[in-house]
Amino acid sequence: MKRVSLGSVFVGILALLYFVVPLIATAQFSFQVGSGQPFWAAYASILRSAQFWQSLRLSLGMALAAVAIGLIVVVPAAYWAYLRAPRLKPWIEFVSILPFVVPPIVLVLGLVRLYATGFGPLSSRVTLLMGAYGVVSLPYMFRSVDTGLRSMNVKGLTEAALGLGASWVRVMFRIVLPNIRQSLLGGAFLTFALIMGEYAISSMLGFNTFGVYMLLTGQTEAQGAAALSIIAFILVWIFVAIMQWVSRDALTTVGGSR
Amino acid sequence: MTEVSVSRAPLLAAGRRQQMWGALWFLPLMIFSLIFLFLPSIGLFAGSVAGRHGPTLTYYADLFQAQYLDAYKVSIELSAATAVIGALAGLLLAWAVVGGGLPRVLRPLTLTFSGVASNFAGIPLAFAFTSTLGPVGLVTLFLKSLHLNLYAAGFSLFGFWGLVVTYLYFQIPLMVLLIVPALDHLHTWREAAMNLGATPLQFWRYVALPILRLPMLGALMLLFGNSFGAYATAYALTSGMINLVPILIGQELSGNVVFSPNLADAMAVGMVLIMVAIFVVYIVANRRSVRWQA
Repeated sequence: MKRVSLGSVFVGILALLYFVVPLIATAQFSFQVGSGQPFWAAYASILRSAQFWQSLRLSLGMALAAVAIGLIVVVPAAYWAYLRAPRLKPWIEFVSILPFVVPPIVLVLGLVRLYATGFGPLSSRVTLLMGAYGVVSLPYMFRSVDTGLRSMNVKGLTEAALGLGASWVRVMFRIVLPNIRQSLLGGAFLTFALIMGEYAISSMLGFNTFGVYMLLTGQTEAQGAAALSIIAFILVWIFVAIMQWVSRDALTTVGGSR
Repeated sequence: MTEVSVSRAPLLAAGRRQQMWGALWFLPLMIFSLIFLFLPSIGLFAGSVAGRHGPTLTYYADLFQAQYLDAYKVSIELSAATAVIGALAGLLLAWAVVGGGLPRVLRPLTLTFSGVASNFAGIPLAFAFTSTLGPVGLVTLFLKSLHLNLYAAGFSLFGFWGLVVTYLYFQIPLMVLLIVPALDHLHTWREAAMNLGATPLQFWRYVALPILRLPMLGALMLLFGNSFGAYATAYALTSGMINLVPILIGQELSGNVVFSPNLADAMAVGMVLIMVAIFVVYIVANRRSVRWQA
């Protein structure tokens, strides 16, 4: 077999330093609490704070809403394109990846300009936040639905089910969704990782999401900021690990909540 | 004959009805993208050209004032720097891991970590780098104990190069994830070239670089866009004190009115236009490279 090359080892060590040292530094900083307190004091005070749980719940709830929007919006269109209108598939793909060209800060500016001054239910901040998150996660939801549909026999299964007298609703819930469940879960957890720490959109709309909570806490408590950073890293790790475990697809996000 | 014509008529009618039903399946996507993506974008464009007395290009002309021009310049420089450095470093790291230079066990580990690190961005990333390279960060203090004073030498985490160092934490892993599929492919090409007697230099010069050119170009575009629209990381690091286009738009939105709303609209449209240009290059590069691999 090939021997390990010196150049690669050098690159590997540099990468290890660059990626691991900040984590160590952050963890070390989060433990530097005043004397007389246990080293985990910063974590304890965060985990005890009601705001932490409220903001996390809000962010994850909104991520769930974004996933739901993605399902309602992408699954029917992509399914029908696979079944009857393959010509339209590039168009659906085009619309689904279009959010990439509209940075979050531009998206929220556009939404606020157009709807904030009154468009009935559309002017509600929650609707705007959910809509914006739906847009931001649309490319990833599309990709996971597309992967799922590609790996199943859409035409054959649908025609067999319809031929046996199943209704369209039944086809959707008993055939299509269960078949693409795995890739959908992958897309869902990627969306969770993406939305969890989102800041630009939610701060502009005046929500106390996890990202906003992190910034506000970090401005006043240095150790708390470091501890939150570690907690966020662990959460992202959990979501990405589940995502890679269920979908075996090295999906990644571009743009989004950076 | 009659049999055929009788059976055909309902079939055609069914086909047309089915087409109408078919349109319904696309309706949710159409309505949603119209309300939350297209209309707001059109609204921004309308706002950017709406003068007091009919359409105007004044606001676009205003973008050429020093402060706004500088914001575009810094945004583009920041994105270009992080994209180029990130792409090169990511390529080296990816090749070290998949090219056989490092033990095989590191591959899944690197890919999982890249998935995490490319998504670890925004506020927590800014905090992590403050603990590392901030004025009292661990690395800053460590280097100071070696008589290397970063901040005396002109470095600041809250300036341009500080942002570059921080952005690379998500840019390099993104590059690794984007380029590993192309490199996997390269592995077989290398064996073929070596069997035919090519030297490593010849392999890179005549085989690897031509193959990698388009995937690299596409990845560069994605990395550029990834950094160009970034807001949270820069905002948290600099407290909004750096002159970037997203930061200026954010100032307008959060009510620190320093310029007219229409000017903010024009800035936003300018951002979208740059992103569209980036995206078009990405799509062309991606399509060509897919054809080349197939």
